[in-house]
Amino acid sequence: MRTVILSSTVLVLAFFTPAISQAQDDDIDALRAAVAEMRADYDSRIAELERRLAVAEQNAAQASFSVQQSTIAAAPSTGAPSSASNPAIGVVFQGQARQTDASGSDEEEGYLLGETEVIMQANVDDKFRAWLTAAIALEDGESVIEIEESWVEATALPAGFGARFGRFASGIGYLNDKHSHQWDFADQPLPYQAFLDGRYFDGGLQMRWLAPTDLYMELGGEVLQGEGGGSGLESHSLFANVGGDVGINNSWLAGGSYLEIDDSTSVSVAHFLWKWAPQGNWRQKNFVFQTEYLERRDAVTDKGWYAQAVFQPFQRWRFGVRADELDLDVDSNDPSRWTLMMDWSNSEFSRFRLQVARDDDGTDTSNEWALQYIHSIGAHGAHDF
Amino acid sequence: MYKRLQRTLLIALLAALPATANAELNVFACEPEWAALAGELGGGLVEAYSATTALQDPHYIQARPSLIAKVRQADLVICSGAQLEIGWLPALLQKANNRNVMPGTPGYMEASSYVLRLNATTDLDRAKGDIHPQGNPHIQTNPHNIAVVARILSDRLQELDQVNSRYYDDYFEKFITAWNEAIIEWEERAVDLVGRRAIAHHRSWVYLFDWLGIEEVANLEAIPGLPPTAAHLGKLTSEFSAGGADVIVRAPYQHAKPSEWLSERTGITAIVLPLTVGGTEEATDLYSLFDDIVARLNGAINDD
Repeated sequence: MRTVILSSTVLVLAFFTPAISQAQDDDIDALRAAVAEMRADYDSRIAELERRLAVAEQNAAQASFSVQQSTIAAAPSTGAPSSASNPAIGVVFQGQARQTDASGSDEEEGYLLGETEVIMQANVDDKFRAWLTAAIALEDGESVIEIEESWVEATALPAGFGARFGRFASGIGYLNDKHSHQWDFADQPLPYQAFLDGRYFDGGLQMRWLAPTDLYMELGGEVLQGEGGGSGLESHSLFANVGGDVGINNSWLAGGSYLEIDDSTSVSVAHFLWKWAPQGNWRQKNFVFQTEYLERRDAVTDKGWYAQAVFQPFQRWRFGVRADELDLDVDSNDPSRWTLMMDWSNSEFSRFRLQVARDDDGTDTSNEWALQYIHSIGAHGAHDF
Repeated sequence: MYKRLQRTLLIALLAALPATANAELNVFACEPEWAALAGELGGGLVEAYSATTALQDPHYIQARPSLIAKVRQADLVICSGAQLEIGWLPALLQKANNRNVMPGTPGYMEASSYVLRLNATTDLDRAKGDIHPQGNPHIQTNPHNIAVVARILSDRLQELDQVNSRYYDDYFEKFITAWNEAIIEWEERAVDLVGRRAIAHHRSWVYLFDWLGIEEVANLEAIPGLPPTAAHLGKLTSEFSAGGADVIVRAPYQHAKPSEWLSERTGITAIVLPLTVGGTEEATDLYSLFDDIVARLNGAINDD
């Protein structure tokens, strides 16, 4: 019985199959296509999910690293060695070979070892920072260590105030608080040499305040020990600086300052600085114009000024010209000078400079040549504008 | 008289207020990518300012008065770190008298501290050029790094402006979802770049190459940070004249001459890649930055 049914089913099936297959061929193709489509869809979805997973995993790996980092150093600081417990130490080597054709000049000629500056600085703690500049020099064959700067700065004062105490270069003028390795010429302009003995250093307290505006406005004042014996703290100063940008290529700084030394002498300074660099991209090409006017009053009033321009047409090379002049009250022979310089820097840490000056001391003119080197090793602090 | 003075002062104060009323937080970013990221994460509550443009080398910037004035007003300073800004940022912080953004406070953040830095070295001999002991600082060229920094930055914004914490969180979620999707897309588009060999002007792209599987076979600078020398370029010419590299890459602020010189002699395509937002006309935000990087690299490869 069973076999009959089975065989008849087979028969029936055999009979109908060609027709069915004919009729359903299209459906099967459609099904196949649908399955293939679904598979492709799933594949791409799975791939998509896998990619998402990979992205998430990579982000997570980075993130877990960052968490690890932040637990190691709860407050990542500058991270620079300068914030390790050892202070950042830098040494600047300077020297020059000099020659002059002035008759009876009392200036030294030949090779001169300049000041070797040793700079140490670090944060003391979260509220103070300390700085030491010791200048090591040879004077008459003897080694001398001079404390140029030794100050502590409060870094956590509110409302835009800053304070510095100890011995420091006064904030007056533009060049006064610039280290000699930052100068654009081998020597200081005449009015600085004549009125401030190069740079005015003193001990005391400096306060600065910066306005919370887009225009840079800084006001400052100092109470200083002064030069005479007396009861001390008899010198003081006031200074103001403003500055800003003009477009992306230009920036400027201007200021005025007043220094009174021992209630008997005063020095007033006005300065102006213009810096240009295409796209603000300082490294390739730049130009700086800088000028200052100084007036020193005691029994008499002496005046002096300088103006200089330094151009870096391409990386490593700079060319500069400077004019400086004194207008002395007593001496009718007012000295004036023209200086040309050219320097080459292999990197930001090494520089050679050739300088020629034509000096007019009021009666005679003379020429002076200098070949200078400035090299620095170790940690080197960021330079001011 | 006294009352009138008081009233005048009050009016003056009120007049001064609207200038600061719009944004809750002033963010001072050393580089455009961090300003862009702060913008993505802060919505309307953050006013982000970038100290540099994409056409400037962030290693060599003057500590300009305008920048000091900006740091003075900042609630948060975010920089790449790893000594990239060592020549100018310390001078800004020192002169700005702003205790809220001093290193060690929540208002100061170095992005590279939170990612795995490449090229870190203990060999600090300056004879070997511009060495970054803490590793290569150009971390922004890997979008995964951006994702990590985004989380940290959002946390900082929330810490500094706790009242708006939820707002920053929402913006972060929105950003990270979109960003991760974008990463998938870039990685998909960059599959042909895997295994390609590149010559870079400076080691600015190690994170990008690491991400996309590109091999850096040479640098145009013989010593990092010093301009490419003729001798070194000559050596590269003989080394790569028979192939061996697929593309020469430089940032917009790097001199075009050395890469064009080498390209002419070797036939290897030289291209400019945006190192950050604003580096090319196309790279107007963080998304289009990577769109453009991938597109330009693909373009150079198909050129061959």
